[in-house]
Amino acid sequence: MSNLTHQAAAVQAMPEETAFRRFALRFAEDRVALVGLGLVALVVLLALLAPWITPQNPYDLAKVDLMDSRQPPGEMAGDGFRMWLGSDGVGRDLYSGILYGLRISLMVGAISGLIAASVGMAVGLTAAYAGGRTESIIMRIVDLQLSLPTVLVALILVAMLGKGVDKIIFALVVVQWAYYARTVRGSALVERRKEYVEAAQSLGLSHSRIVFKHILPNVLAPIIVIATVQTAHAIALEATLSFLGVGLPQTEPSLGVLIANGFQYLLSGKYWISTFPGIALLVTIVAINLVGDRMRDVLNPRLEK
Amino acid sequence: MTAFIFRRLAQSAGVIFAMIVLVFFGVNVVGDPTWILVSPDMTMDQIEETRRGLGLDRPIWEQFWIFLKGALSGDLGRSFVHGESAIKLVISRMPATLELAIVALILAIVIGIPLGLYAGLKPESRLSRAIMATSILGFSLPTFWVGLMMILIFSVTLGWLPATGRGTTSSLLGWQTSLLTFNGWSHILLPALNLALLKISLVIRLARAGAREAALMDYVKFARAKGLSQNRIVGVHILKNIMIPIVTVLGLEFGSLVAFSVVTETIFAWPGMGKLLLEAIQRLDRPVIVAYVIVVVVLFVTINLLVDIIYSLLDPRVRLSEAQS
Repeated sequence: MSNLTHQAAAVQAMPEETAFRRFALRFAEDRVALVGLGLVALVVLLALLAPWITPQNPYDLAKVDLMDSRQPPGEMAGDGFRMWLGSDGVGRDLYSGILYGLRISLMVGAISGLIAASVGMAVGLTAAYAGGRTESIIMRIVDLQLSLPTVLVALILVAMLGKGVDKIIFALVVVQWAYYARTVRGSALVERRKEYVEAAQSLGLSHSRIVFKHILPNVLAPIIVIATVQTAHAIALEATLSFLGVGLPQTEPSLGVLIANGFQYLLSGKYWISTFPGIALLVTIVAINLVGDRMRDVLNPRLEK
Repeated sequence: MTAFIFRRLAQSAGVIFAMIVLVFFGVNVVGDPTWILVSPDMTMDQIEETRRGLGLDRPIWEQFWIFLKGALSGDLGRSFVHGESAIKLVISRMPATLELAIVALILAIVIGIPLGLYAGLKPESRLSRAIMATSILGFSLPTFWVGLMMILIFSVTLGWLPATGRGTTSSLLGWQTSLLTFNGWSHILLPALNLALLKISLVIRLARAGAREAALMDYVKFARAKGLSQNRIVGVHILKNIMIPIVTVLGLEFGSLVAFSVVTETIFAWPGMGKLLLEAIQRLDRPVIVAYVIVVVVLFVTINLLVDIIYSLLDPRVRLSEAQS
């Protein structure tokens, strides 16, 4: 008896597992994408471990010494550790600052991505399932949103709301949700016409059950692709806004804030303050994009490249 | 056709009105700008006086009506900081921004098309792979940081090009332009290239896709059979055919160039609308923010309208399907 249930469980688990394995194997065929994935993992790990692998907590004002400010890479700090990447205008060790900055940048990107994805999915599924007038009104709004340039919308929103992590996340959600909504609607429209939905409907299942339990799992693949690319966008956009001085405040130094702080010293040749956080930002974004690109190729076999 | 244009015009007017409402109420939710204008030693009465002078003591609906009436007659209030008419201020900065955007657009075409054509015609060559890799990088690179690195390399380290400002401008038919002097060109090159980066990547992709498709077409085979030189086939026949989608896309992308110039102008201290907007945001100069948004929305809507109309002129199917729905 236990053997039987075991077998049944195995049969049930099998298709899922092989689908994922097939995906993983195909993904791994591309070496560049693997490097990208490795880099993403490394960046996330560095950000998570920041408090344990950095010599200084850049938030702790007692640890930051103004005497250490604007030191070139390799100088010793007053506290006796070597600042391999130099220090910024207020004496923060740049290496520590970058890892802590990564935490904020990644967090803002991930949270705004998650919220935007949830909102976009709900809206897109509603549009596809409801059809008719509801759908056309929703899609009009989506089109309007997509036709406006993201930087400008986010900039104006942040200008209205003020600085702060919550505000910037809100602005990022506003400029991102429409991408998810459009993609989800497109895939859901295709799924809607399939027989399993008809079967579920004829069984008398509720609308929300059909939408969330039956259609949603089948449209997840394109959402994941959009999510990776959009997260990279969100991180870049947050950095841009913070650089312009309207994003995150000085008390939450994301990579964009660090780069902005270095801007004023750039013209006098103190290159490191803007350059190193920028490289960290660049590596993060490029790595996420590489992973996203490869996922799109693998999950969408129709796309020739 | 007339009906089509009228419907489109009505839609555009609707979009502009919606944006005016959104922006007006949005901006008014934020802080009280009176506090920026008063000095600490003023009495409460004087502060009230300032507020009344700005019309901020009235109910918001009344403020909106006054604003709307003003907007229809081209008056969007005075800048709190500069004391000038906000709309005039924005429009006076517009030529600098448009000039930057146009030069960026030209750079995108001049650099993007040859590279894209090459990558499309010789997809297997090493250079093509390098071009495509660079174009992917171009999509990922944060524009503002590339701008900083350009300043670092070309201005600070090499000292070739100036990092900030617009340089000497001269008047051409009432338009202050930097394109007539060498000094002006040296100032515009870096910011324009920075602004063009994303579009260069886009043009490379479009040109590559177009060239790959066009190379298999019968007219190319025929041209080859006639014994035309490769240069003529690529430079005349293929180029002409891939230009149509590229020009359409770039026409629509022009608006995003203007929007993105906020970032580029701030980095290179280019005295355009974008820099003005950012300064206005930092100083809570409401009328200028509102005026900027309205000017840009009108610009966007006009561009989209023109593209739509030209499209429907070229392709009657568009307006027919529109009429049916």
